[in-house]
Amino acid sequence: MDNIISIQNLTFEYLRDEDQMNIKAIDNVSLEIERGSFTAVIGKNGSGKSTLAKNLNGLLIPTEGVIYVDGFDTRDDNHIWDVRQTAGMVFQNPDNQLVSAIVEDDVAFGPENLGIEPDEIRRRVDKALEDVNMGQFRKKAPHLLSGGQKQRIAIAGVVAMKPKCIIFDEPTAMLDPKGRSEIMSIIDELHEEGITVILITHFMEEAVRAQRVIIMNEGHVLMDGTPQEVYANEEVLKAANLEMPLMFEVGAKLRQQGIDVPSHIITEEEMVEFICQYK
Amino acid sequence: MIRDITLGQYFPGDSVIHRLDPRVKIIATLMFIIELFIVDNFIGFAIAAICLGLVIAVSKVPLSFILRGLKPILIILMFTFALNIFMVDGRILWQWGFLKITAEGLRLAVFMAIRLVLLLMGSSMLTLCTRPLSLTDGIERLLAPLKKIGVPAHEIAMMMTIALRFIPTLLEETDKIMKAQQARGADFETGNLIQKAKALIPILVPLFVSAFRIAQDLAMAMEARCYRGGDNRTRMHEMKLKGRDYVAVLLLIVFLAVIIIETRLF
Amino acid sequence: MSIQVENLVHIYDKGMPSEQIALDNISFTCEDGQMVGIIGHTGSGKSTLLQHLNGLLKPHSGRVIVGDVDITQPGVPMVQIRRKIGLVFQYPEYQLFEETVAKDVAFGPKNLGLDEEEIEERVREAIELVGLDYEEIKDRSPFDLSGGQKRRVAIAGVVAMRPEVLILDEPTAGLDPKAHQDVLKMVREVHERTGNITILVSHNMGDIAEMSDKVVVIDSGHLVAVGTPYEVFSKKEELRRVGLELPPITQFTEKLREKGIGIDSTILDVDTAAMQIAQYLKKEK
Repeated sequence: MDNIISIQNLTFEYLRDEDQMNIKAIDNVSLEIERGSFTAVIGKNGSGKSTLAKNLNGLLIPTEGVIYVDGFDTRDDNHIWDVRQTAGMVFQNPDNQLVSAIVEDDVAFGPENLGIEPDEIRRRVDKALEDVNMGQFRKKAPHLLSGGQKQRIAIAGVVAMKPKCIIFDEPTAMLDPKGRSEIMSIIDELHEEGITVILITHFMEEAVRAQRVIIMNEGHVLMDGTPQEVYANEEVLKAANLEMPLMFEVGAKLRQQGIDVPSHIITEEEMVEFICQYK
Repeated sequence: MIRDITLGQYFPGDSVIHRLDPRVKIIATLMFIIELFIVDNFIGFAIAAICLGLVIAVSKVPLSFILRGLKPILIILMFTFALNIFMVDGRILWQWGFLKITAEGLRLAVFMAIRLVLLLMGSSMLTLCTRPLSLTDGIERLLAPLKKIGVPAHEIAMMMTIALRFIPTLLEETDKIMKAQQARGADFETGNLIQKAKALIPILVPLFVSAFRIAQDLAMAMEARCYRGGDNRTRMHEMKLKGRDYVAVLLLIVFLAVIIIETRLF
Repeated sequence: MSIQVENLVHIYDKGMPSEQIALDNISFTCEDGQMVGIIGHTGSGKSTLLQHLNGLLKPHSGRVIVGDVDITQPGVPMVQIRRKIGLVFQYPEYQLFEETVAKDVAFGPKNLGLDEEEIEERVREAIELVGLDYEEIKDRSPFDLSGGQKRRVAIAGVVAMRPEVLILDEPTAGLDPKAHQDVLKMVREVHERTGNITILVSHNMGDIAEMSDKVVVIDSGHLVAVGTPYEVFSKKEELRRVGLELPPITQFTEKLREKGIGIDSTILDVDTAAMQIAQYLKKEK
């Protein structure tokens, strides 16, 4: 199997301000991320999922253990820029990650830092803006755009750096439903184009779009599997304080009414199909 | 109130002046200001005013818009005028008590007033016809040779860029916080100076907290996008002097020459 | 106590090229003790409407009558309006500024000019009402709390003013599912304990359907629908036209209906859905 990211016995500690205690945000985690895959990392606040994300492109450096990104060790100062170019990152707050007062200049920021030729930057910026459907806004000021639009600009800024992998750190947490669905469909498109996607989220409905779901809790990996496998495990979802899929509840209530709904049915489509077979 | 300030504002347009290289515009503005202090007679000022008028006409920025920008400094203008007219010794034209107007004073006051007006109009033409970001780019490139003696040209420009980006965001934030505190019964209008200053605390503390949060988030986002200072950094917008820029430089030299000859002659 | 919004019109930048009608002839009423849900997209005029309800904005025309006072009239003292109507903005934790939680919550009551004793009592009551332990939290810095706790403290700051109407603008925005549920539960408890009008703005149709007695739908400054959750979510065409979704359970039952499963249209809760599906299945078998 060809892995783009390899996490080996990662432990990350930080000093908590209030009481000067060393806190283990991540405790001995090992994971492999396959090239071209779409992985969702889900967990409640404080589960360590965001810390994990920031370790993946060298914004944070492991206290113990090693992370290889496309073969580069994130602790290696000589290759830190290779690591960050390979694994781009989109953050939660759409306002606080745009640098320039003009959309296209902001998208150019990353490629400019990489020292790319002006003509090539121009091409990449235009392409990236088209990719996120923001071409007509290239001369606008970011503060005049909606949250979803700003987040699309942030994605274009990362796409223009031609990363092999993009880590999305709760990209929809501050958006309304419309912005949320815009961002999710762009993430799907990027994955289809061959970019490895790692999506950090606390929304179950977003995680089910992934091929693989990792549930984090208190610095550990609580579960790692396909969305179906994860969804079916009621105890794990409860332990991690995650939202139950709606069909879970519907299934349980139907069983109370004496309908024998198999427990593996957890998505809406499956439930509709199950009910329709009795038609 | 804030709407009235046109000083430092950009007036979108597509004129030759707008399209000139920002470096040329910055240097031209500096030259124009220096020249205003060389000139010591009315003919010189007339030449400068005509040239500025031509530039304004070509730029298609409405004169009324530029004049509106002078309004906030009207008081300063009147103050310096009064200071000059009454404080300079010389041939007395009019006297009342200790107040006196001298011929020299009158001349100087009029000179200074013309100088100030031309200076402000000239320099506001720079900001009116140059996108803020091109301006910071231009400054960075003009300062680049000074890097050798330790002038942080790139850092200065980067700070200006970020300030331009976040000023509207912070203004919005201020508005939100003010409204929220008003909803909690805060009163910003009544009371004496000390009470008013105290009333600002519920705005300033959250605003600073916000600014720090933005700074932290932004620093991380910039690092994630491989920002490592100005070294090895390329730019999407290249700055190459074009035909019109050379013409502008030529006209600038002619203008300077005319002014220098004029001051020698009269 | 009731609120009557009558023909409210608000225009931004009147007479400028950027003139924009933010609210166009909005009318609805909130009765005593009701939980009223307001839904609409970002930029639909929701926030503008809320700011009219507590006098932060004045309408171009129309009236907002709270109890028997028309608060849009000039000369109505602001303190009196703020006493009646508490407004909790989006991300209210960003307004926290005092050194301790207790002091921050006391800011509103202090501005109402109450005496020390009364203030302390209200602060304690409000902090407990939002589900926090007063003794444990009162001397802590609000900046050291978790996201969910900060939000509760900020809401307590408004609750402590004992408003007769509590308005919350997306009180769960940006919270994780656990904190989301906790805050909603807290809102419901405050509502039940005080028995006042609560106005809740949310993007989450499931929450709105579950919690509200009355729903108001706004799009581009216009009133699209107003009524009980059942009435409003029955207007599926109108909601679709303005791009608003149905609650998740309703979406599911709609899909079943499309496949020809004979159940009621517009089912808003899981119990009813399960009951009807079970009935249908038993009949078919």
